[in-house]
Amino acid sequence: MRSDAPRAPWGLKLAAGAGLVFMIAPLLLIFVYAFTTEERTYQWPPPGFTLQWFGVTWGRTDVWQALTLSVQVATISTAIALVLGTLCAAAVSGSKFFGREVISLLVILPIALPGIITGIALRSAFGMTDIPFSFWTIVVGHATFCVVTVYNNAVARFRRTSGSLIEASMDLGADQFQTFRYVILPNIGTALLAGGMLAFALSFDEVIVTTFTAGQQQTLPLWMLEELVRPRQRPVTNVVAVVVVLVTTIPILLAFYLTRDGDQIAGSGK
Amino acid sequence: MSAASSAFLEHRRGPLTGLSDLFWRRPKLLVFLLLVPPLLWLGVIYVGSLVALLMQSFYAIDEFSGMVDYDVLTLKTYGELFRPANLDIIIRTVLMAMAVTLASAVIAFPIAYMAARYVRGRWKAMFYLAVMLPLWSSYLVKIYAWKLILAKEGILNWIFAQLHLTGALEAYLGLPVVGGGSLSISYTGTFLVFVYVWMPYMILPTQAALERVPVNLTDASSDLGGTPWQTFRHVIFPLALPGIIAGSIFTFSLTLGDYIIPQIVGSSRLFIGQAVYAHQGTAGNIPLAAAFSVVPIVIMGLYLWMAQRKGAFDAL
Repeated sequence: MRSDAPRAPWGLKLAAGAGLVFMIAPLLLIFVYAFTTEERTYQWPPPGFTLQWFGVTWGRTDVWQALTLSVQVATISTAIALVLGTLCAAAVSGSKFFGREVISLLVILPIALPGIITGIALRSAFGMTDIPFSFWTIVVGHATFCVVTVYNNAVARFRRTSGSLIEASMDLGADQFQTFRYVILPNIGTALLAGGMLAFALSFDEVIVTTFTAGQQQTLPLWMLEELVRPRQRPVTNVVAVVVVLVTTIPILLAFYLTRDGDQIAGSGK
Repeated sequence: MSAASSAFLEHRRGPLTGLSDLFWRRPKLLVFLLLVPPLLWLGVIYVGSLVALLMQSFYAIDEFSGMVDYDVLTLKTYGELFRPANLDIIIRTVLMAMAVTLASAVIAFPIAYMAARYVRGRWKAMFYLAVMLPLWSSYLVKIYAWKLILAKEGILNWIFAQLHLTGALEAYLGLPVVGGGSLSISYTGTFLVFVYVWMPYMILPTQAALERVPVNLTDASSDLGGTPWQTFRHVIFPLALPGIIAGSIFTFSLTLGDYIIPQIVGSSRLFIGQAVYAHQGTAGNIPLAAAFSVVPIVIMGLYLWMAQRKGAFDAL
């Protein structure tokens, strides 16, 4: 650590600033469009501003149904991912055994491979085994790729949790379940919470795998996708887009505050 | 919880204690039991589905009935990939993935460099969030934002008009390959959206690699008379390269498999993902769809192999 941070050359500042504007400005634009009075085109600058589309969207049952389904799917997928991810992380960090690398690869594979491959593989497997598409087929797909966020956060925390704490607990007469309940869980709790929130955000937003594993059900991203391909109700879509940005932003901010002391796991791959 | 507060827990007797003792004596058993549920889920459901999909690619579709013939294993479907039309799709997708990766590296590097070497304290947290929020915000919303930007009546055309540069834009759209009827149906449009959506994945690995460059190396370089540019060229950049390659794994792979972006913003010419989607859906040719989905797997396999040789995995 140097004490006097050098001043950045202006060229670098300019390039980095332009890069950040490129990343953030389009998201801000969405917020402006949610208030436009124009219904049929994407006219810029907006001819006027109104709040009416928030009311219109509030009254839309299809949006509410899609939102409810997305929240339900994300909740259950996150719960499954929390269990599977924690088990995997505990097994991998508790010991050194043959095949540890294989386990890590297995957990990362569902997001390392393009989503379309995961989606089409699950779809053809459901087709071959005559499983009808339902709420649960969507959950199976989502839980599969959500495991990795929980796993990454938990593994990093396990690595920082000192083994002597666990030994001390055992020395004081606690059995393994008590050690887990009173020593390990409080230690990894925030990491699990962070991983879980990222898993929720990941599932809430997922569209590619979902297009293959959903039957008649429409999650919010599937609803968005239909509007993107065939725009029919632009003002409502604008409002939904703002809501989606907010719903995914909050868990990310929370996850950031929960893990900011040291581990930067949050961003390791989506 | 009075027992917990006295540091010594009440010693329990019962089946749980017995189980706990068993795990203590046989730690491998515990690891095994921990791994059973995730392995059943990921190993059986997920890898099982993947294998089933790959198997499909070794069957062929009967040309008369249009049904998949499950009696003969054949490489005929793979042969179809090399038809000019399909080969075009593959080459187009790989070229796009390369262009997107290069552009992402160029845009991401200054941001990562700034974040790694110059910003401190509160600013560093701000920088981190400025990168994380676009990275994690909704994929579809990001595409939607670009649909708004690239629309004929949208902000980009408006900016060009305000700057009296509409003529220049039209001249650019008149160019072969990169041009088209309008920005939203040209390769340029597809490229911009791809870069926007996948570029953030490049920043964090690059930043991590840059943060690991020891300051005394750059100090030594300038002590020995190196100009800032020489220090960058011969010290910093080579050390950051594994991080850039690690980031490029994401940008390359994600572009390779995407089928939604080129469907919404772009010309009607297909990319690999769209071909997979079309063959499994309307065309009902699952074997060809499966063979097509092997293409990104093979390309990524090669890419990962090269990346590993460059030491990119340590930078992940």
